[in-house]
Amino acid sequence: MDTLVARYSRPTYAQNELFTEQEQEEFAAGSTPNLSLKFAMPPVAQPSAWLRAATDDRSNPHCPIKIAHGTTTLAFRFQGGIVVATDSRATAGNWIASQTVKKVIEINSDLLGTMAGGAADCQYWLAWLGMQCRLHELRHKRRISVAAASKILANLVYQYKGKGLSMGTMCAGVTKEEGPALYYIDSDGTRLAGNLFCVGSGQTFAYGVLDAEYRYDLTVEEALELGSRSILAATHRDAYSGGFINLYHVKESGWEKHGFTDTNPVFWKTKLEKGEFSNVTSDFSEEV
Amino acid sequence: MEVLLGITGKDFTLIAASKAAMRGATILKVSDDKTRQLNKHTLMAYSGEAGDTVQFADYIQANAQLYSMRNESNLSPSALAHFVRGELATSLRSRNPYNVNLLLGGVDPITHKSSLYWLDYLASLAPVPYAAHGYAQYYCLSILDKHHHPDITLGQGIKLLTLCTDELKRRLPIDFKGMTVKAVTKDGVVDIQFDDDKVVKAA
Repeated sequence: MDTLVARYSRPTYAQNELFTEQEQEEFAAGSTPNLSLKFAMPPVAQPSAWLRAATDDRSNPHCPIKIAHGTTTLAFRFQGGIVVATDSRATAGNWIASQTVKKVIEINSDLLGTMAGGAADCQYWLAWLGMQCRLHELRHKRRISVAAASKILANLVYQYKGKGLSMGTMCAGVTKEEGPALYYIDSDGTRLAGNLFCVGSGQTFAYGVLDAEYRYDLTVEEALELGSRSILAATHRDAYSGGFINLYHVKESGWEKHGFTDTNPVFWKTKLEKGEFSNVTSDFSEEV
Repeated sequence: MEVLLGITGKDFTLIAASKAAMRGATILKVSDDKTRQLNKHTLMAYSGEAGDTVQFADYIQANAQLYSMRNESNLSPSALAHFVRGELATSLRSRNPYNVNLLLGGVDPITHKSSLYWLDYLASLAPVPYAAHGYAQYYCLSILDKHHHPDITLGQGIKLLTLCTDELKRRLPIDFKGMTVKAVTKDGVVDIQFDDDKVVKAA
């Protein structure tokens, strides 16, 4: 009887056979949770396919888990550093789960990360990246480069490729060696350095406004205005973006926050003072 | 990946349509004209399912012209838009509905007011100051939201159109081979020379 009980009373992580004996020992060895990146996988043949079936609300509106998706984030390099801007809406299916999400993650005083895709995935792995960056700093007695930080994240998500992670992030920072540096990393494992990126369901709308007036020699004021106007454009046209405009400026001395601004008054101010958004009518006399 | 754009201004309506005729992975023609003139000051641009588009546009054009001949007067852009919507609505509930999206632009012959109508295959009709169909909506509407004003001149309108097509050249993964651009003014429909060869580089 005891052997029977022992057989079925193993800890849950050991119940599926996805880990080798040695890995299971590693788990069992320390009673304190270790920093190993081994997660218990769902006990099925193809965890990613199972996860997709359970979470993809596009192909299955009745899926049991609705992942928070839908975003607009942007970042661009210019003469005065990097502007990073995001909206603040989190949606789970058609439900607006929150209007006050912080999609810019302050990794350290001169490194920023942005969140798009699965909210939990982004939040967890960017916090984890922050930890890795701090460890790098302690080990090497100097700040990590943006290139290295972004690669830590890219390599990590690549390890999990096909396992259902969903994230589109940007890493922005200014370091002595690199100057202003901007990287795009997504859960496919893509890692790109570039001058300008928009990520999320509202990306096209932001690209439209941003591309039209982007120049490298933008002044700081112009750049911040363009960044925030691009997010406004996306919040206006994309149902899955909205809430507040979160604006950051990254420069040599570190990043600087430029407010978390409600889009609604900004929209009406833009419309009424500049005459933009002429398709929106404030009177009801319009006839079809 | 067909592109349709429409912009109204003080005394004109600009209609632009991509020149590429695509079937599957092939571009069959690089100088396709996806517009039909319905009467002296009404122009219609179409996109959608191959076959349906031209059939439907020709049918509408023929009926508009028949009306003009019989009555020795043209239907206004608004009247035509409502006629087209009616035809689409009837078609939608038929055995094989037309899968066509349209932009209908014109200038009223009497009041000289410019107008633009956005219609889709589900028979939605919306009068708008600027419009797009297909993927172009995703890139161009935010640009037009910012840069369009109701009282722009034709020159400014063409500049605005260039702003839109430049963005499409930058970001659309498939080449749409430039645009046919036409302007409707009180004097009728005019072809606009549009620079398609300009190379646009992304930032």
